[in-house]
Amino acid sequence: MYLVQFLLLSSILFCIGVYGVLARRNAVLVLMSIELILNSVNINLIAFGRFNGATIPAEVFSLFIIAVAAAEVGVGLALVLTIYRNRKSIDLHEVDLLKG
Amino acid sequence: MSFFLAAEAGGPTITAEGWFLENVYIIPLIMAISFATILFFGKRMPRGGSEVGIAAVGVCFLLALITAGQWIGQVNRADSCTINPEDQHVICDGIDVTEAEKAAAAGDPVSTFGDGEFAAGATGFTAFAAEEDGEKQHPGVKAAVSQRTWWSNGGIDFTVGTMVDGLTVTLLVVVTLISSLVHIYSTDYVAGDRRYTHFFAFLSLFTAAMLFFVTSENTLQMIVGWELVGVCSFALIGHWWEDQDNSDAALKAFLTNRVGDMGLLIGMIVLFFASGETWSIIGINEAAISGETSHTLLLIGSLCLIAAVMSKSGQFFLHTWLPDAMAGPTPVSALIHAATMVVAGIYLVARLYGVFFEGLSISGSSLNALALVGGLTTLVGASLAFVQDDIKKVLAYSTISQLGYMAMALGVGAWTAAIFHLFTHAFFKALLFLGAGSVSHAVHSFDMKKDMGGMRKFMPTTYKTFLIGSIALAGLPPLAGFWSKDEILVGTGGWGFFEGESHANGAYTVMLIMGMITAAMTAAYMTRVMYLTFFGEFRGGHHDDHVHDEDHAHDEAAEVDHAHAVAHHDDDSHDDHHGHHGEPHESGPRILWPLRILAFLAVVVGFLNLPKGFLGLPKSILQRFEHFVEPVGVSYFPGISHGDPSWSLAIVSTIVVSLAVGVAYRYYFVTVNRQSPAATEMVNGPTERFPLLKAGHTMLKNRYYLDHIYDGGEPVGAAGATAVATIFGAAAGLALGFSLDNGLDQDFVPSLIWGVVLGVTVFTIVSLALRTGVGVASFVKGRLAWAANWSHEHLIDGTVDTIGETSVKSANFVYRYIDQGVIDGTVNAAGAGSSGAGDELRRWSTGQVQQYATVMFAGATLLAGLLIIVI
Repeated sequence: MYLVQFLLLSSILFCIGVYGVLARRNAVLVLMSIELILNSVNINLIAFGRFNGATIPAEVFSLFIIAVAAAEVGVGLALVLTIYRNRKSIDLHEVDLLKG
Repeated sequence: MSFFLAAEAGGPTITAEGWFLENVYIIPLIMAISFATILFFGKRMPRGGSEVGIAAVGVCFLLALITAGQWIGQVNRADSCTINPEDQHVICDGIDVTEAEKAAAAGDPVSTFGDGEFAAGATGFTAFAAEEDGEKQHPGVKAAVSQRTWWSNGGIDFTVGTMVDGLTVTLLVVVTLISSLVHIYSTDYVAGDRRYTHFFAFLSLFTAAMLFFVTSENTLQMIVGWELVGVCSFALIGHWWEDQDNSDAALKAFLTNRVGDMGLLIGMIVLFFASGETWSIIGINEAAISGETSHTLLLIGSLCLIAAVMSKSGQFFLHTWLPDAMAGPTPVSALIHAATMVVAGIYLVARLYGVFFEGLSISGSSLNALALVGGLTTLVGASLAFVQDDIKKVLAYSTISQLGYMAMALGVGAWTAAIFHLFTHAFFKALLFLGAGSVSHAVHSFDMKKDMGGMRKFMPTTYKTFLIGSIALAGLPPLAGFWSKDEILVGTGGWGFFEGESHANGAYTVMLIMGMITAAMTAAYMTRVMYLTFFGEFRGGHHDDHVHDEDHAHDEAAEVDHAHAVAHHDDDSHDDHHGHHGEPHESGPRILWPLRILAFLAVVVGFLNLPKGFLGLPKSILQRFEHFVEPVGVSYFPGISHGDPSWSLAIVSTIVVSLAVGVAYRYYFVTVNRQSPAATEMVNGPTERFPLLKAGHTMLKNRYYLDHIYDGGEPVGAAGATAVATIFGAAAGLALGFSLDNGLDQDFVPSLIWGVVLGVTVFTIVSLALRTGVGVASFVKGRLAWAANWSHEHLIDGTVDTIGETSVKSANFVYRYIDQGVIDGTVNAAGAGSSGAGDELRRWSTGQVQQYATVMFAGATLLAGLLIIVI
C-alpha cells in the first residue's frame, strides 16, 4: 500500500467533482459534486495522517468535514427548493439575477 | 618696506571719490545695450532704431558731464587741502586724509592699489614742487579706480575695472558730445539708407568701444577696446560695401591696423613682464617711473607701442588707410577722425606716458622716435592735403597732420598740450567733416574741382561754420586751434634757442621747425579748400541727367527738411546755360544745428587753457584745462616740465600762419579767380613751369608712392618700390638710431647705421606682409562681406522673427496639446476610463455561478502551479 495510490484516488474524485460543479446544469447535481470534492479531501487527510504519523488522528478532521458537509447540503438543498418554488426550474443557467 | 616709501610716492595725494567716478562703467554699458537693442529691434521701431541711439548717447553725454563735474570737484577738494611739511601727510578740513586712505587700503585691498605703490623717483616730487612755484602746496589727485578680479592664474590677477582721472573724463566728454551730434546729424544725412538701422547700431557700438577703451583700468582692457574700435571702423567704413572701392577701403583700414596691432600685443606683453607682471596701467607707469623697469625693456615696449600708434592714429608710414577710410559715410568720418578711432593711439601714449617718458628718455633730449614720427607725419599729412580734389580727403590728410602734431607733442613731453590739442581738434575737425558732409549732401559729390565752387551763396550757414572751423584749424587767434597749437610749439622747447631758458623738457628745435612749417601749410591748404568749395563759380550740375527742380526735390523726397531751405536763384541765366539743373540748397536743421554747436565750441574751447600769466588775468581762469586734467604729483605720472609761454613765439607763429593764408589767398582768390571764376588751378602755373616743382607735385599726387609699395602696383614696380622702401626705412631707422642713442651723445654713428639697417629691414617686412595680406584678403573679402550681410539679414533678423514665430507657435501648441490635450484629456480620460472599465468589467459579471467558479478554480490552479514551481 502506497500513499500515492490514495492520492491518485482522491485526485480522480476531486477532478470528477470539479467537472460536476463546473459543467452540470442541475443544481442538485452540483451539490453532489461538491460532496465528491469534500470527500476527496477527506481521503487525502486520512491518507496523510496514516502515512506521515500525525499526532492528532486525521479521522477527527474528516468527521468534522462530514458534519459540516451535511449542514451545507441541508442549506444548499433548501436554497434549491426555494429557487424551484420561485422559478419552476433548478437550471443554474437560468439563475442569473446578478448579471451586470 | 615699499609701503613705508609709498607715502612720498610722487608727492602727497588724495584719491578721487565719487559715485559716478567709481561707477563709470555705466556709460559704455548704456551704449552697448543701445547697440544690442537697435540691432535686434531697430527695424521694428518707428524711426529705425535711431531714436534709441540718440537717447542713449544723450544720456551718456549727461553722465559724462556729471562725471567730469565730480572730477573737478575732487581737484577742488585737493586745492582746499594742505600738506603737513613734517610727514608729508595731507590734511583736509582738519582730517589726516593720508592716514585715512592708508587705513582704508589696508582694510579693503581689492578696491585700491595699495600694494602696487612703489618708491618714488625723485623726478615726480621735484616736478611737483616746481609746478607749484613756491606757492602753498596742494596734494595731487589720484585716479578713481574700481576693479574686480576676473580670474587668477599662477598668482597673477586678471582684473576688470575702470580708472577715471582728468584724461578719462576729457575723452568721455569729447566722445559722447561728438557722438551725440553725429547721431543727430546722421538722422538726416543717411535718411532712407538701405541699412539705416545697421548704421545706427554700429555708431552705438563704436561709441561704446571707445568709451570702454578710455575707461580701461588695465592694458588687457585697452587691447580689447582698441580692437573693438578697429572692428567697428571696418564695419562703418565699409557701410556701402556693394561698391568695390568702399569694401577695399574698409579692408585696408583693418589690415593696416593689424600691422600695428602686432606691435600693440608685443608691447603690452613686454611691459607686462618688464613691470613685474602686472596689467594695471597705474602699476606699469609706477614701475617705469620709479626706475624698477629695465630701461632697455621700456624702450622696446614703447617702440612696439609706437608701431600701434602709427597704424591706429594714422602716423607716417602706416597712415595710408586713413584717407581711404573716407569711403565711409561722412558722419562716420567725423566720428572716426575727431573723437574715436584715431585718437585712441594718442590716448594710449598719454595713458602709458610713464613708459614713453622714461623709455624714450624724453626729458633732456632733443630727438626721439615718437617726436620724429609725429613731426614727419605732420609734414607728410599737410603736404598731401594740398593736392587732393576730394574735400574729405583734404580733411583726412589734415587729420593725419594734426594727429602727427599730437604725437609730436607727446614726444617732446608736452603732455597737456597734446591732450588739449586732441580736445580742441575734436571740435573743429568734427565741424569741418560735418560741414563737408553738408556740402556734399547738396551737390551729391565730394569733388571740389568738378562739383563745388561758389557754395557760399547756396549754403550760408554751412559756409560760416566751415569758415570758423578752417580758421580754428589754421590756428589763428583767438580760435581754439591757436591756443593748443601754440602750447605744443612752446612745449617743444625749441624756442629756447632764441630766447634762452624755456623750462621745457628738452630742446626739440627740429620739432619746433616742423610744427611751424606745418602750421603754415595747414593755413594754406585750408584757404585752398575754402576757395574751391565756397568761392568762385558753381561748377556742379553738368553731368546730372535730371533737369528740373521738381525731379531734384523728388529725389530727396524723404528729406522733408530740405524743402524750405532752398536757396533762391540769383543767377538764373547761368542755370539756363547749364541746362536747368536744380541749384544746391542749404541742409536741414538736423545738419545745421550740430554745425552751429560745433562752431560755437571751436571758437570758445581754446579759452579753457589760457597760458600762464596771460594778460595778467587772475590765476583762477588761466590754465583751467591743465589744472583739472594733468595728473600732477601722482606716482603714476612722470614729472613733466612745462615750457614758459612766450609772446614772441605766439606772434611769430601767427605771422607765419597769416603769411601762408596771404600767399594762398593771392594765388586762389586773386590769380586764379582773375583767370576765370570757374577755374580751379592756374593755367601754366608753377608746377607746370618748373621741373622740380612738377616732380614734387607728381610725387604728392602719388601719395609718396607708399600705396604703390604696399600693393606693388604701377607706376613704381618692384625696383622702385625697393628704392623707396629703402629711403623710408632709412628715415625710420634714423629715428630709431636717434632714440637708441638718446640724443646726440656717444656712439652716434654706429647706432645710426644699426638704426638704418633695422629700419630698412622692418619696412621691407611690413611692406611684404601688407602685400601678402592684401592678396589673401582680397580673395576672401567678397565672401566675407556677403557672409556678414547675410548673417545680419538672415541670422539676426531671422532670430528675431523666429523668436516671435516660435512664441506664437508654442502658445498654440500649449493651448492645443497641453491645455486641450493633457489637462482636459486627463479629466475626460478619468471619466471615460471608469466608464470603459465598467463596460469591460460588466461582461465578466454574467451572473453565471459556474463561470465564477471556473475563474476561481483557474486561479486556484494557477496558484497551485506557482507553489510547485517556487518550492
